[in-house]
Amino acid sequence: MENLIAFFSDPIVTTVLLALIPLVFILVYALVTLYGEMKIAAHIQNRLAYMETGWHGVLQPIADMLKLLQKEDIIPESANKFLFILAPYLVFMGTYASFAVIPFSSGFIGSNIDLGIFYLIAASSLVVVGLLMSGWASNNKWSLFGALRSAAQIVSYEIPGVLAILGVVMVLGTMNMQTMSQLQDGGIQNWLIFGGNFPLAQKLALLPFMVILFVIYLLSSMAEVNRTPFDLPEAESELVQGYNTEYSGMKFAIFYLAEYANLFLVSAVVVVMFFGGWSSPFGSFMSGTVWSAFWFIAKGMFFVFLNIWLRWTLPRLRVDQLMYVSWKVLTPFALACIIAVGFIMVM
Amino acid sequence: MTAFTTYFNDIYRTFNSAMIGMKVTIKQMVSPTVTLQYPRAKKQMPDRVRNRLYMNFDDCIGCELCAKACPVDCIEIDVMKAPPTESLGETSTGQKKRIYVTKFDIDIAKCCYCGLCVFPCPTECLKMTDVYEFSEYDRTNLIYNFGTMSPVEIETAKMKVKLYDEGQAAKKAAAAAQAAAAKAAAAAQPAAPAAPAQSAPPKNPEPPPTQQ
Amino acid sequence: MIETIATPKTSTGKSLRTEEMIVNMGPQHPSTHGVLRLEVVLDGEIVVDVIPHLGYLHRCFEKHCEHMTSYQQVIPYVDRMDYVAAMTNEFAFVVAAEKMLKIEVPERVHYIRIIMAELQRIASHLIAIGTFGIDMGAFTPFLYYFRDREKILELFEMTCGARLLYNYMWIGGLSHDIPPQFVEKTKEFCTDFKKTLKEVNDLLNYNEIFIKRTANVGILPKDLAVNYACSGPMLRGSGVNFDLRRDDPYTLYNKFEWDVIVGKGEMGTVGDVWDRNIVRQREMWESLRIIEQAIAGIPEGDVQKAIPKRIRPVPGDAYGRIEGPRGELGFYIVAEDNVTPYRIKARAPAFVNLSVINEISKGAMLADLVAIIGSIDIVLGEVDR
Repeated sequence: MENLIAFFSDPIVTTVLLALIPLVFILVYALVTLYGEMKIAAHIQNRLAYMETGWHGVLQPIADMLKLLQKEDIIPESANKFLFILAPYLVFMGTYASFAVIPFSSGFIGSNIDLGIFYLIAASSLVVVGLLMSGWASNNKWSLFGALRSAAQIVSYEIPGVLAILGVVMVLGTMNMQTMSQLQDGGIQNWLIFGGNFPLAQKLALLPFMVILFVIYLLSSMAEVNRTPFDLPEAESELVQGYNTEYSGMKFAIFYLAEYANLFLVSAVVVVMFFGGWSSPFGSFMSGTVWSAFWFIAKGMFFVFLNIWLRWTLPRLRVDQLMYVSWKVLTPFALACIIAVGFIMVM
Repeated sequence: MTAFTTYFNDIYRTFNSAMIGMKVTIKQMVSPTVTLQYPRAKKQMPDRVRNRLYMNFDDCIGCELCAKACPVDCIEIDVMKAPPTESLGETSTGQKKRIYVTKFDIDIAKCCYCGLCVFPCPTECLKMTDVYEFSEYDRTNLIYNFGTMSPVEIETAKMKVKLYDEGQAAKKAAAAAQAAAAKAAAAAQPAAPAAPAQSAPPKNPEPPPTQQ
Repeated sequence: MIETIATPKTSTGKSLRTEEMIVNMGPQHPSTHGVLRLEVVLDGEIVVDVIPHLGYLHRCFEKHCEHMTSYQQVIPYVDRMDYVAAMTNEFAFVVAAEKMLKIEVPERVHYIRIIMAELQRIASHLIAIGTFGIDMGAFTPFLYYFRDREKILELFEMTCGARLLYNYMWIGGLSHDIPPQFVEKTKEFCTDFKKTLKEVNDLLNYNEIFIKRTANVGILPKDLAVNYACSGPMLRGSGVNFDLRRDDPYTLYNKFEWDVIVGKGEMGTVGDVWDRNIVRQREMWESLRIIEQAIAGIPEGDVQKAIPKRIRPVPGDAYGRIEGPRGELGFYIVAEDNVTPYRIKARAPAFVNLSVINEISKGAMLADLVAIIGSIDIVLGEVDR
């Protein structure tokens, strides 16, 4: 018995267990979001999705997961075996490593570092390496196309995204995600999208730029996750499945999981930066460690819902239009906003 | 419009049309669904629907109009003309049946459900029903045999037809022989007018067989 | 010893430069609308050459028709050519056959045929625009349109018993008269459908992203369209004001008031993909107008009065054509004896329209190629027959 307690109080073991909590969250969240996406898509299209397994199909995602687990893992003959197997894990790793700095509630954050959001941007860039690897190792022209497009897209949309984050960091003065949420605590009027916790004149001056930065970051985050209207790498009508084409079974499941995890990650970043993180909109009512976790997850899921809603409404952009939007629309607007925000903060 | 104003115009139009589109989808999201959950709820079929064929074999008079009308040749019929001495009964519309139908097969897998066979049938025994769930595991089960004559009945019918035909042939041969003999007698008579013709007494012609 | 690598060649024998790549789209591909194989020569992302390979759906329909025992048996075969718009095929064949046999049909038959043809035109355009939306990435308009196409198929099922392949228009008349509740249900459909048209117009056609994907893409100039014998929305989208219903009348369309929609280059140049798409969308409004006028005034009569008991044509030939949803659909019937047809040739509009794809997609990108194919509106059953 004492051995067991000693084992669990070992700092390394505790760290590992703490690190697995977001994994549990991701797995549960992925099942819920898979179900939610299909159901929302269906109701937008006036039809019912999943109705057979369980009441209104609630058990269907579990059935899907079981199906993917027992599928045959096919590796093409002429594929580069090592890279082929490594690619999905790299993609997932890039996303999962960033979950360390997400403040799930006022009492829980994986690692409370002062570099918070900077580390997040850096870690999530690993995804590009994984995508390129999967496209190349598949030995398939269409996969290669998809991977190249995807790499170009992600790298170009990082610029406006990072510039938007820079604007927020300039206003809040810190890169620590927990502090960012604390600075927006105290009610809905303190949220950065409504100007932040500043005197009225400064707040009103900041408001339009914060809205623009929010839109810029939202669009670039959608492009990072490869969601429509930016889902050219997965354009089913053209490239069958893009870089995913040759994957089956568990590896495909990991790609899928990584995509949903990435979706929550960017929604969480939007929430932390602009919408107060885990702070309750009512000030001190309904706040505390547990309530703040609820608020954080609720806000995160709202942005996931927004993403799903946009996916089933808009057609997709062509590759050169994607680049146009990134370099000629989002980046200039982001730069202009940063200059303006800088002026306002100095005054 | 300068490039400057088109630039901002484009951005404004993109957001505007995206918002309008989102309004349409969210409105549809809260509207009721229009689908039926198939195995549990089935759609009501109208009266004229053209699904699986059904044939009432008792009414078939063996006219083969349906087989001729079929564009894909999925109806196979074997018929034999029945001897007039046999009584095959009547159809429900009052027509007499004069033909043995020994085989009536419809290969429903070949059928194109056009309904061209239904229109020419004189007794309306071939109909298209509203059954559409008739898949089978074995493709030969999709050849529907509508003929109800068992092999014994078919053999009996063949025998009857054969006997009748032979009887008819024998009668014909006898009638022909008799006519030839009468001709020979008529030719021989003027040659010997004095001696009474004893060798070939005239025969009364037999009465023709009565129709039933 | 210097080894030379053989330069790759396309199937037409043209050899490639070093930076070009041959990519094969299809025959199994989510966006080629059927079993169409396209051999595309790409230079990076730009298309240099497109060579379509057809024949994957060839069913020897024209040869089958030579062995039918009567002309009436050809109608189920003709249905299955363009399976998306079956009434149109029947209409074209019946027009050609009645021309050859010199049959006059009663007025009631004309009215009902017009109503069915216009309903079928709407149904076909719903599929064309819906699948085009899916190719562009907009998955929802397709389902909204299918909701309404279902109502049209129910109308057809109520009348002739089948949803997709009807065998309804016969030489000399129709197989069934319209049931009593048909007029009521059609009026209901017309009212409900206008709402969907407005919604999808907002959601798809005037969406800026859709406009950016389709304007100034795949421009088909006027003279090229006429020289390649394009017809239907492809021709009208390029600005040519020609519609067989008005210009070469084959039934009583001149009794109704309706407009011919011509592409004007609203969002880009005349003859681009957006124009063709909006021509189809607006033609649905015009078809609704025709249906409402026709439904209001169907004359009485017997639809089966003029159907001949036996079709015995005098040896000769005839070409009959109609304005189908894809273009000019025509049948050329040659009769040598007075029982079976000697030759029936179908002029399929999708086949002729597809021939122009090489010219209009030079210089486009791969994503544009998908848009261009979607805007030609091909149905492989018609292309390959």
